[in-house]
Amino acid sequence: METALVPYEDAVKRYDPVIGIEVHVELSTKSKMFCGAENTAGGEPNTHVTEVCLGLPGTLPVLNRTALEYAIRLGLALNCTIAPSCRFARKNYFYPDIPKNYQTSQSDEPIASDGYVDVILDDGETFRVPIERAHMEEDAGKNTHIGGDDGRIHGALYSLVDYNRAGVPLVEIVTRPIEGAGDRAPEVARKYVETLRDIARAIDVSEARMERGQVRADVNLSLRPTPESPLGTRTETKNVNSFRAIESAVRYEVSRHAAVLDSGQPVFQETRHFHEEDGSTSPGRAKSDADDYRYFPEPDLVPVAPDPAWVEEIRAGLPEMPAQRRARLHKAWGYTDAEMRDVVNAGALDLIDATTASGVTAAAARKWWMGELSRIAKQGDVALDQLNVTPQQIGELQGLIDAGTINDKIGRQVLDGVLAGEGDPVAVVDKRGLKVVSDDGALLEAVTAALAAEPDVVDKVKAGNMGPVGAIIGAVMKATKGQADAKRVRELILEQING
Amino acid sequence: MSTITRDELVHVARLAAIDLTEAETDQFATELNVILEAVARVNTIVTPDVPATSHPLPMTNVLRDDVVIPSIPLDEIEAGAIAFEDGKFLVPQILGEE
Amino acid sequence: MVVSNTRFTAAELATQLKIGTVSAVEAVQCHLDRIDDVDGDLHAFLHVSAEEALATAREVDKDRAAGVDLPPLAGVPIAVKDLICTKGIPTTAASRILEGWIPPYDASIVRNIKAARMPILGKTNLDEFAMGSSTEHSAFGDTHNPWDLDRIPGGSGGGSAVAVASYEAPLAIGTDTGGSIRGPAAFTGTVGVKPTYGSVSRYGCIAMASSLDQAGPVARNVLDTALLHEVLAGYDPRDSTSINEPVPAYADAAVHGATQDLKGVKVGVVLEMVGNGFQPGVLARFYESLTKLQNMGAEVVNLSCPSFPFAFDAYYLIMPAEVSSNLARYDGMRYGLRVEPTDGRPVTAESVTMATRGQGFGEEVKRRIILGTYALSAGYYDAFYGSAQQVRTLIQRDFAAAFDQVDVLVSPTTPTTAFKLGEKLDDVLAMYLGDVATIPANLAGVPALSMPNGIDAGLPTGFQIIAPAKEDARLYRVGAALEAALEHQWGGPLLDQAPELTVAE
Repeated sequence: METALVPYEDAVKRYDPVIGIEVHVELSTKSKMFCGAENTAGGEPNTHVTEVCLGLPGTLPVLNRTALEYAIRLGLALNCTIAPSCRFARKNYFYPDIPKNYQTSQSDEPIASDGYVDVILDDGETFRVPIERAHMEEDAGKNTHIGGDDGRIHGALYSLVDYNRAGVPLVEIVTRPIEGAGDRAPEVARKYVETLRDIARAIDVSEARMERGQVRADVNLSLRPTPESPLGTRTETKNVNSFRAIESAVRYEVSRHAAVLDSGQPVFQETRHFHEEDGSTSPGRAKSDADDYRYFPEPDLVPVAPDPAWVEEIRAGLPEMPAQRRARLHKAWGYTDAEMRDVVNAGALDLIDATTASGVTAAAARKWWMGELSRIAKQGDVALDQLNVTPQQIGELQGLIDAGTINDKIGRQVLDGVLAGEGDPVAVVDKRGLKVVSDDGALLEAVTAALAAEPDVVDKVKAGNMGPVGAIIGAVMKATKGQADAKRVRELILEQING
Repeated sequence: MSTITRDELVHVARLAAIDLTEAETDQFATELNVILEAVARVNTIVTPDVPATSHPLPMTNVLRDDVVIPSIPLDEIEAGAIAFEDGKFLVPQILGEE
Repeated sequence: MVVSNTRFTAAELATQLKIGTVSAVEAVQCHLDRIDDVDGDLHAFLHVSAEEALATAREVDKDRAAGVDLPPLAGVPIAVKDLICTKGIPTTAASRILEGWIPPYDASIVRNIKAARMPILGKTNLDEFAMGSSTEHSAFGDTHNPWDLDRIPGGSGGGSAVAVASYEAPLAIGTDTGGSIRGPAAFTGTVGVKPTYGSVSRYGCIAMASSLDQAGPVARNVLDTALLHEVLAGYDPRDSTSINEPVPAYADAAVHGATQDLKGVKVGVVLEMVGNGFQPGVLARFYESLTKLQNMGAEVVNLSCPSFPFAFDAYYLIMPAEVSSNLARYDGMRYGLRVEPTDGRPVTAESVTMATRGQGFGEEVKRRIILGTYALSAGYYDAFYGSAQQVRTLIQRDFAAAFDQVDVLVSPTTPTTAFKLGEKLDDVLAMYLGDVATIPANLAGVPALSMPNGIDAGLPTGFQIIAPAKEDARLYRVGAALEAALEHQWGGPLLDQAPELTVAE
């Protein structure tokens, strides 16, 4: 029985939201966490499996060194402390997608703990999200429900299980209660997960594509009357699998909790499901005594005690984190806050960075990517980085303009050629014969012809009326199919007239 | 030391995912109490300063290189499966999942 | 001629094969014939893989004829406990829940056996999932003790022990979680070794309790167990708990021991392991053996391991806890048995899992899963599992202190000789207490050997030797010395005194 919702703006005026987020990140190792089966998205069902990840009798796990390294790298990137020693544990529960009916995970001994992530909000403000822990665990297989209504579980006749994903290495990142976000809680939640994605990509431990399930989020929310009050009862909304959905789920739960609290009822601690269609959540199963996972240390794996020297080596190899990089580039490029925000939101940061690396000014790079290229991307409904042009090509193009080889107008034609797959800008210029005509001989001929066609212009100009010069330039440009160097044409016209 | 009641036994059997008959439930409730009584002394000789041993020999950092090995051929997987369809294990309907 | 070939020890048979007086095919065939003759009464085997064994033997004979350099035990047949995965050969763990399952892979020790070119005769009976001390908990029928067919052969590895005791195989593989190799050895007058934890790979051995399980050799004499241990042992990258060190020379230690020189060897008698509830005849044989050790120059001292009486308590918490998790995978979803509920519940993954496990597991397995689930469940973990892991530390400390003073520890293997089939089935605790002397070694991961040291009222008694971790060679040295002294007294192996089995028509 659901109560009517309280409008969000109203709810956050009267209640202080506290969020908590658990994010699973799939590591992009070559093989799985505990066996040599290939770790790859997709493929025919059950074609990336060994006896180990199928949980056949007698099999034993051995930890993938690269999975451990990636987990440590991720832990360090989240400013966590790496445990000097930790163990795996078995989380025991029955479910057909976990072949051993226990998940090999870590419980009270995570590889990384006590960190934070700085999240830059839309207005440029930095919000620090405290990280409780990041621990290693294995992924489950995938169930497909057959029969019944839409393959949804109720009414399904049977299910089919594919274990290709079973045993894929995961790191689960758990925040501490995130306090102080206030009415920006939904944005903080979304931005936090986006930042985790950016970090995972920057340190090259995951492709982190949320739409492919490589990043999965569970969002906890509770409300309390004031920031000084003790934490309220929380609900956990499971598998909120897009950035927009994270924001929606938090908003929805804030409104719903407020309504429950307003009516004097207690919030029921439960798992909830998110509905992409309307941004609502609905109750899943309540926490029960069946959630007794009977954790105990995994006897088939020995403790992990990463050599401190190795950890420091990994730390030293970490690239600049996205937030720091963004701040550095912002300063270096001299963009306004609004310009910088637009660049980031357009996904143009890397592209502009790479373009400036080929010798172009930040202003010019921004002009291309946020102007002409954004327009083309929008028309084709593709992401900027999906366009058939590289930052190096944009650099080459701008270089041609700066050298006066072509002008802006021809530049756009050259870009069309590059996008059409005709090759690099220089090659397109050659092929299409688009070079600016600055050869005086050819231009002089066109200027003389144009002046001859308009004899009164000479007199007007001599009398000090410069207006008609533009018309002559236009005629010359037309005659040279736009390839004339306009500046030189003007000079030649004036030379001719003034003799 | 605790004793296990019949209700607790029913709950534990459910956690263990085992159907027990009424007779088995009665029998195990009785027997488990006998066993628990016999092993209850573990509490009495340990003090908090004694560390727990989870592995008989002290070892750390047993790791394997991130190398891919071939998958088990699908026909061998199917041959060992109870029920198989479209390359997947066929299982009865799963409840409690969205 | 063919029948007598079964009487060779493994070492002798290896020599016969090498010099060509017996072919590998003959060696396999005589054991297959023996199985045909006597296994109807004994029921040591769940599956006989005659074709595979003969095929291996033919290859060995061919290579030997071609002058190929072969491993020492090439052509010597072996029986494998049906807890160990054999590619293409059924592996059931003596459970209905795995009936008919054929592994798509070999256990690492089976790979070792195949690399050693040893023909596998078949799969031997056991208590279901190795849970039991009598082999009466097999889903596929009891195994009978060749010394008295009305008696149990010990467990869980009753099948492997009986196979070697009755000359159905010169060698066998067992697994030992709390005494499953050593108990049956004691009850059948054979030799069995539980190696140091990690000496032999567990990969492909169906898990009972992961931190306690260890596979090991079963044979009719100490040297043969040492030879087989050398085949089984070695680092396995598939088992995270495998010891990454070269395999010591166990057979050399046995050969050295057989010279009966134990000067400088210190032998400890743990007072807590020779006390209450031990059958007087078992104690009498034990003290006679001590005298023999002293006569060979060993110094025998008494010492105390005060936490050992609690080993039983810790074992019956840790073992079932690990069991409850290890056996969770048998759920009727992927392989093995699937049972649908018949009481009107809808057929769902959950109800099928519960019905399958309810009907697919035997009583003892269910009892231990329930006990282990309880011990790990919320609110009880610290009191049960946590405390038991602490007791484990105390037991390791006791062993460490004892081995500061002595080279090996000794005790009777079992408190009694083989009991009657059915005698203890209704008294769970009495059955469990039969493992009281073997359990401490599993908890500490140290190696232990059981060997026959006499007869009490017509049934063999067992003598246990325990060494520090990775010092398995000491077992073979001391064991071989005692064996030589005893056989000198007996005028031959103890098994010569076993009654002749009736040969089937």
